[in-house]
Amino acid sequence: MALSAPAKANRASPVGSLVARAARSRELTLAGVLIVMATLVAIAAPNFLSPTNVVAVTALAAIIAIAAVGEAFVIITKNIDLSVESTIGLVAFAVALLLKQGTPIPIAWVIGVGLGLALGMSNGIIVTVFKVPSIVATLGTLSLFRGLTYLIANGHEVNANDLPAGYTQPASQTFFGLPLFVIVAVVVVVSAALVLRYAVIGRQFYAVGSNAEAAATIGIRSRATVFWAFAVSGMLAGVAGVLWGIQYGQLYASSASGQSLAVIAAVVVGGVSISGGSGTVIGAAIGALFLGLINNALNVLVLPQEWLQLIYGAVILFAVSADVLIQVRAQRAKARSRVR
Amino acid sequence: MTIDPRTQGPATEAAQVPIEATTAPRANSRQVQSRRRQALSALARWEVLLIAILAAVIWQGMQVSPYFIQLDFWNSPNFGASVSGTMEVAIMALAMTPIIIMGDIDLSVESMIGLSGAILGVLWAAGIPIQVDIPIVLAVGIVGGLFNGMLVTRWGLPALVVTLGTLALYRGLANVVLGTRYVSNFPKEFTAFGFGYVPGTFVPWTLLAFLLLAIVFWVVIHRTWIGRQIFAVGKNKDAARYSGVRVATLKTAMFAVSGLVAAFAGIVLALRYNSVRSDNGTGLTLTVVMIVVLGGVDINGGKGTITGVILAVFTLAALQSALRLGGVSSEYQNVAIGLLLIFSVITPQIARQFRVLVDRVRQGRNRPAREPEPREVAR
Repeated sequence: MALSAPAKANRASPVGSLVARAARSRELTLAGVLIVMATLVAIAAPNFLSPTNVVAVTALAAIIAIAAVGEAFVIITKNIDLSVESTIGLVAFAVALLLKQGTPIPIAWVIGVGLGLALGMSNGIIVTVFKVPSIVATLGTLSLFRGLTYLIANGHEVNANDLPAGYTQPASQTFFGLPLFVIVAVVVVVSAALVLRYAVIGRQFYAVGSNAEAAATIGIRSRATVFWAFAVSGMLAGVAGVLWGIQYGQLYASSASGQSLAVIAAVVVGGVSISGGSGTVIGAAIGALFLGLINNALNVLVLPQEWLQLIYGAVILFAVSADVLIQVRAQRAKARSRVR
Repeated sequence: MTIDPRTQGPATEAAQVPIEATTAPRANSRQVQSRRRQALSALARWEVLLIAILAAVIWQGMQVSPYFIQLDFWNSPNFGASVSGTMEVAIMALAMTPIIIMGDIDLSVESMIGLSGAILGVLWAAGIPIQVDIPIVLAVGIVGGLFNGMLVTRWGLPALVVTLGTLALYRGLANVVLGTRYVSNFPKEFTAFGFGYVPGTFVPWTLLAFLLLAIVFWVVIHRTWIGRQIFAVGKNKDAARYSGVRVATLKTAMFAVSGLVAAFAGIVLALRYNSVRSDNGTGLTLTVVMIVVLGGVDINGGKGTITGVILAVFTLAALQSALRLGGVSSEYQNVAIGLLLIFSVITPQIARQFRVLVDRVRQGRNRPAREPEPREVAR
């Protein structure tokens, strides 16, 4: 964000700077690519736009997007949370177990989100109080939380029969043509975006991420900020876990394994810099939708599912390389205009 | 904290007392403290702690089962079995160590295991003799590692994201190459390398390979200019570059080594299972990084020893074996491993904070407040 301010100031060639600015706004570029791709897929396979398919694409993308918003908070503060998939899995399984034992649905959901918050806070405590680098701390909790899920699962799984009747209905429901999950995701994304953009604590996340020492000198308590980033990440992973349970209905101890990669990929593709201090949650959410679209396009176009990981990897590498290339070019342009 | 050579021996200390009568008692007490602390810090080396943990795990393991450390492989090859099951991650941990010392990380190693296994399987299934397949697979490993290294050094991308990308990319390639098939029936003399023993001993071939590699890595990292440059890069990249270290080349080379070693581990895994599937090795990166961190290598770079990593390998092997003999299934072992990882990092941090606290209290008692020493603020 700080980078673009001086670039805006010098308007050497209006067309060039406009293109550069559009290219630099990751959200716009990505949304453009998304629309073009969706159009192409829809032309190739008309049933792509059928209501059932749209709900199917967006349900999983919405879950990943919600977790990606939380992950974006953490990555903006120059940390990383690898444990989201285990948090999603643990929360989803715990909620299902509570429901199986007859806990009322709203209470189970609240407990689930609270559990996610607690898990995120314990990550935050390990990182900020004990000063463990976040990659190591969350690598540990990644396997720790998964192990806890195996402990409470005790070799069993939860079937849709164990859950209250019609529990998985909301996953396919729509309101005014919009899938329910998408509405939830939009609410989460918009409120997170507002907090990050306008609230004081929101700006503090960026300040800590771009320069922790400078942030400390102007009186930001950077450790507390990082702690809250992890808390938010855990809580939103909890929300994602609750939705995961509604979406699938059948839960194993290994549910949501491997989703951390998808969540982090969504954040990175969405233009949040892994070195902290820049990026938006809207970008992260669009990134999640983009990856979900690729996943679904393979299905609809009857392409082999084996290509999915390959494409994910290529997209991640392409996205980060594009970032660097654009930055280098912008710096060169700036240097040139200064010489002139 | 260096000790002034003048105040080292008791004789010189006595000679100084009349000259600096006011400061001498304080210097004396501080000197005793620092000497005691030196002895303590020699004892408090991470490797010593690891040996203690290893001994505790082995003792506990022997309580759990008398078969724990039975070296007679005819009756109970538990030692060999538990060790050889860890060797793939162990050799990858060796190659991961210099990368982490330089402040980077390579998350893609587990996918390189899958990719190398897949290529080995496809080539073998196509009827190409395995003596030809293995060099090809190793070359693929080098290329994959070079790709990681180039993206990190030439384009200046963060290693975490690059290798996250190639983690997906290489796994995807393995899926594409092998699909949902699996290949087995590798030649017997080669699978013997995977799970056999050196004839006449209880030492698995894979353990021998690990020990040889460990010696090579130990010598290179602790006794050659390459190792010194690696530590220099990890401590301060820019300073290293200004003093003539070719940082980009060094990093690229280490990523290439990591790719090569991961491909080798993929071959070992394929031969040990006598089967390859495209999901071979999934989740092993976690264990590799865990071993390196448990071995006392600083994840922020600049610090670490191969000795520590080797001790961590055996600690993990012993722990897993003890848990298995205790009837703990592999899923629950996750809890133990995750806790071990977190505690292995938290413990020194707590010790450091405790020491800072003790220092502060002592400082307050011994020293007047008007002479505050600038103290590094722990971040």
